[in-house]
Amino acid sequence: MAGSTPASPTADALALAAARTAVRSSLGREAWRRFRRHRLALVGGLILAVIVLGVMIGPLLWRVPINEIDFSARLTGASRLHPFGTDDLGQDLLARMLYGGRISIAVGFAAMLIAIVVGTLVGAIAGMSRGFVDTAIVWLIDLFLSLPQLPLLLLIIYLFRDALTKLVGTEVGVFLMIVVVIGGFRWMQVARLVRAQFLSLREREFVEAARALGASPLRQVVRHILPNALGPVIVAGTVDIAAAIIAESTLSFLGLGFPPDIPTWGRILYDAKDYLDIAPHWALIPGAAIFLTVLSINYVGDGLRDALDPRRVM
Amino acid sequence: MSRYLLRRLLLTIPSLIAISVILFTVLALAPGDPFEELATNPAIPPEVRANLRAQFGLDDPVTLRYLRWSKAMLQGDWGFSFVSRVDADKLILQRLPITLLVVGASQVVALILALVVGVLAAMRPYSLFDQVASTLAFIGFSLPTFFTGLLFILLFSIHLDWLPIVYRADISATGWRFWWEHAKQAVMPVAVLALFQGASWTRYVRSAVLDVIRLDYVTTARAKGLAERVVIVKHVLRNALIPVVTLVALQMPIVFGGAIVTEQIFRVPGIGSLLISAILANDTPVIMAVTFVFAILVIAFNLIADLLYGWLDPRISYR
Repeated sequence: MAGSTPASPTADALALAAARTAVRSSLGREAWRRFRRHRLALVGGLILAVIVLGVMIGPLLWRVPINEIDFSARLTGASRLHPFGTDDLGQDLLARMLYGGRISIAVGFAAMLIAIVVGTLVGAIAGMSRGFVDTAIVWLIDLFLSLPQLPLLLLIIYLFRDALTKLVGTEVGVFLMIVVVIGGFRWMQVARLVRAQFLSLREREFVEAARALGASPLRQVVRHILPNALGPVIVAGTVDIAAAIIAESTLSFLGLGFPPDIPTWGRILYDAKDYLDIAPHWALIPGAAIFLTVLSINYVGDGLRDALDPRRVM
Repeated sequence: MSRYLLRRLLLTIPSLIAISVILFTVLALAPGDPFEELATNPAIPPEVRANLRAQFGLDDPVTLRYLRWSKAMLQGDWGFSFVSRVDADKLILQRLPITLLVVGASQVVALILALVVGVLAAMRPYSLFDQVASTLAFIGFSLPTFFTGLLFILLFSIHLDWLPIVYRADISATGWRFWWEHAKQAVMPVAVLALFQGASWTRYVRSAVLDVIRLDYVTTARAKGLAERVVIVKHVLRNALIPVVTLVALQMPIVFGGAIVTEQIFRVPGIGSLLISAILANDTPVIMAVTFVFAILVIAFNLIADLLYGWLDPRISYR
């Protein structure tokens, strides 16, 4: 056994110690280490944090009302009084952007949550059950994937907006509807991912071991399978936030999302598009905000994909 | 082949039925009454309203109404536009060619763009070209179509004054000039859609080519002395396209969603702008019909993708 003699006992001990710390460093810390390597994702995360904090804290610092009409300052560009300029009624764009950003980003996160919860639930059910239920769910996923989403979104909003507005008020009603409808059309990808993960994970040895120890199916899912299936779900969820923000902006841009007195970014763009030649700043600012937010989220998603994919060596 | 096509066509029927059920359920669940306006009109007695409801079968159970509605749809009776005073199907047939033209042209441009850039990027991964292309692709699909459209208008119509803002169907010129004017006004809508789709497909093509390009059969092809171009086009690309086609098919709903937005921005008289104007005018039959047409289009393009899939990959046999 000549070859197996360790070069030096200290090296071996060091390697062992390193292995031990590697085990001790949690999965989360490992993911964070990998995430930091993706420089653009880090920058994206930073920009996103600034935007989110900005719209959360901004309205507290910038106390100009969003609907103060001032005809003497119509369509002006950036100035000390109005850093982002004003719109056709002389309303301060910075205040409107901050207010609208809250709603746009809230819609993104809420719709993502709905998509993830529904998708994980449906995917888990499909992945754990065999035969008819699984087939039926896969068919349902395929059906939803081939639905023309935007026309259906528009149709549903057109049909239900008035009733819901009467029921719970404009702001809450439109918010709820848009979030539910957008989330309701985005769970399929998550469901697919979760199902695929479940199909492979449920046959692994550690799940089998849990089963052999008498773990109930629910415990198997919650304690053993689901935590291991979460990586792709987190990535898909991140991208879903961006998609939901775009979807909400699209609806508002078509004039069928939030009403004019709730200036989401898409709505500001919709109001601005007829003044493109005289006041381009009015359209450019909300457009750039949407673009920057979506770009940052997409980069964060890309970084998370790298960080959470254990097959990738970094 | 024809048997496969037939079977595949038969498989679309359940999807179409399911979509029509979803559409009808949405409509049936919706609050509101098509005769609401009559209710507020004092000149019309309530009995007339009740008679109208009975005549149109609005008080029947939902299943019966669905069967009646689908029978009418099958017979080509797609409803009557309240606003335009024309049959909905006529209105749609009038508008459909422009939508198909704009969407089709943009998809072709997007595919060419994605294939060229994606393959070139994958041939030299992590080179400067690859990094620039990846960054641009990221920017491209993070830019929502409505914002790209406005940026294009701002740059090419207002600032440079090269292209018309509004799409006109009634160009009076003839001959070459007619085609030139049409091409000019189609540039921006097509480019907006093409850039968005092309950007996201570039990433798919790049990763698909990267998966394939290191396989042994590619080395073999090179080793037997084939030109690099032949290796890439005939050996690499064909195999790399298989996953790409699936992803392209999956994106069809997004493509048509983007078409609605671009048509609205550039006032292209297609079915997307028809849908928006119908919604704004509360023209329910047209809204239903257009939504259904969009569903059919998505399914049709999925069917085409399936056929392409089999052509690209002979291992999938048509049986």
